[in-house]
Amino acid sequence: MCGGAGCGKTLLAMEFLVRGATEFNEPGVFMAFEETAQDLTQNVVSLGFDLNDLVARKKIVLDYVYVERSEIEESGEYDLEGLFIRLGAAIDSIGAKRVVLDTIETLFSGLPNPHILRAELRRLFRWLKDKGVTAIITGERGEGALTRQGLEEYVSDCVIVLDHRVSEQASSRRLRVVKYRGSTHGTNEYPFMIDANGISVLPVTSLGLEHIASSERISSGVARLDAMLGGKGYYRGSSVLISGTAGTGKSSLAAHFADAACHRGERVLYFSFEESPSQIMRNMRSIGIDLQQWITKGLLQIHANRPSSAGLETHLAMKHKSISEFKPQVVILDPLNSFVIGENEIEVKSMLMRLVDFLKTRQITGLFTNLAQSGSPVEQTEVAISSVIDTWLLLRDIDSGGERNRCLSILKSRGMEHSNQIREFLLTDHGVELRDVYVGPEGVLTGSARLTKEAENEATLLIRNQEVELRRIELERKRTTLEAQIAMLRAEFAVQEVASLKIIGQEKAEKAQLAQGRVDMGLSRKVDAKPNKQKGGAK
Amino acid sequence: MKTNSAPPELPKATIAQRKIVSSHYVLKLYVAGQSPKSVHAITNIKKICEENLHGRYALDVIDLYQQPQLAQGEQIIAVPTLIRKLPPPLRRIIGDMSNTERVLVGLDI
Repeated sequence: MCGGAGCGKTLLAMEFLVRGATEFNEPGVFMAFEETAQDLTQNVVSLGFDLNDLVARKKIVLDYVYVERSEIEESGEYDLEGLFIRLGAAIDSIGAKRVVLDTIETLFSGLPNPHILRAELRRLFRWLKDKGVTAIITGERGEGALTRQGLEEYVSDCVIVLDHRVSEQASSRRLRVVKYRGSTHGTNEYPFMIDANGISVLPVTSLGLEHIASSERISSGVARLDAMLGGKGYYRGSSVLISGTAGTGKSSLAAHFADAACHRGERVLYFSFEESPSQIMRNMRSIGIDLQQWITKGLLQIHANRPSSAGLETHLAMKHKSISEFKPQVVILDPLNSFVIGENEIEVKSMLMRLVDFLKTRQITGLFTNLAQSGSPVEQTEVAISSVIDTWLLLRDIDSGGERNRCLSILKSRGMEHSNQIREFLLTDHGVELRDVYVGPEGVLTGSARLTKEAENEATLLIRNQEVELRRIELERKRTTLEAQIAMLRAEFAVQEVASLKIIGQEKAEKAQLAQGRVDMGLSRKVDAKPNKQKGGAK
Repeated sequence: MKTNSAPPELPKATIAQRKIVSSHYVLKLYVAGQSPKSVHAITNIKKICEENLHGRYALDVIDLYQQPQLAQGEQIIAVPTLIRKLPPPLRRIIGDMSNTERVLVGLDI
């Protein structure tokens, strides 16, 4: 294990021993070359380790090796058999399985003839292996090589590099496994942190995308918003982003969600990076959300700290830790973009992706807010994590008619049907309310423009109704007129009919008379031959 | 100093004192079994002591294999190690004592 000053080599090594002794029943030997046993004991008390107790219970042997160059004179060849005997005695005295040598290269400054030392150290590593103990050897980081002597990293089976880096004035600790014989190991740099519980290493990101997607739906806390999201709200375990310009009600929506989750009896962890807990609670009370009751019940925790208080990795590590401890079902980060300081967008993005991955693997619903810069396109988050977001709500100011009105729309929501409509978003003293906006030929209207338009509409409707009535009456009148005309025509026809029949009758009668007249005339002329009569008649 | 005869008492006294102090050498040689270096060291230091500190020294040869716990108590890392317990200050000489000059310098004889 190697690394520069103050990166936690000794603590990591000590934790290895203490955990081995307390949790795996593997006693250990700590051979210190730099700190005395007393110093060591004192220094690790801050990690919660009681070395005195462990030493008394024969779980750990602390051995301080004192090497003082000025006291030592060399005469002829020597070897480090003394160290071997000493270590061997310590190992045998408690049956140790683990050994730490911290920091062995002190020998190089304390003893003359580095050639002998190099050979002896090689022998030592082999000897430790033969002994069947797991040994951690710490070394200081050298120039060009991992360790100053360039020896340890070649003879070791596993090399871990610790690093303590400062970027943008905030420091973060990282750990990397450089080599590990006989295993496939993660080669990335992993952030780690040292706190009251010792060292915790955090995976950079879950290696695969294999988290289970729940189909359970949870309310967003705003009924109309649930309705917009297919009637049921967000998916459990999804990640929700609320982005919008300043003062569009991002935090209020987040608080609604927290409130709804607490109502369901779930635990909520609220990370605030701009407001203090009491400020959040006061502000949320003004829209009728009482968060204090959930804090009292232990369902809600608000962690407020400045993004600049630590490095990104440390922030991530702290979040991991608090999430692991509190085990919330809902995590809220408000707002994300305050992490962006200067040119660190890539780091912020990778941090947030890891956080989202972490939340997803744990089936925790994450809600993030993002302050969009006015002027830049709202569909672009500054931290560019939109690709890992499942549900993205967009809050927008619409500036028209001398007033600003808030609007909410759903930019995307994976795996559910959702409304494509813009809703007007009102902050009332009993929470967030969503209203339909007026959509007409003049475009989308909100606020008082919407109200005016609605009144106008009503007036127009009234007028239209009247017009319809008028038309109906007109039609009725026309029908009556038409019917009267039809009756008159009928009457006329009847008269004509009667007259025509009369004429026809007369005609018939005349015809009959005429025929009769002819017969009578024939009779009087004494016509004998009938055919002739006809011929003659025809002639 | 020797040419100056005016204060003859003082140097004499100091020489006498130093002799008394330095006449009492307590040496401990820590070795590891019968390794060649250890054997050499024992032979060499005995010879040096006989030649330079005849009758004024006490030499203990300690085999660390027999008493491994002493390695921790005496802060022994390298073997062989010769420790000058007396006169103070404590001095350590490591190696097989083959370089007589260095041993004498180390023991301040």
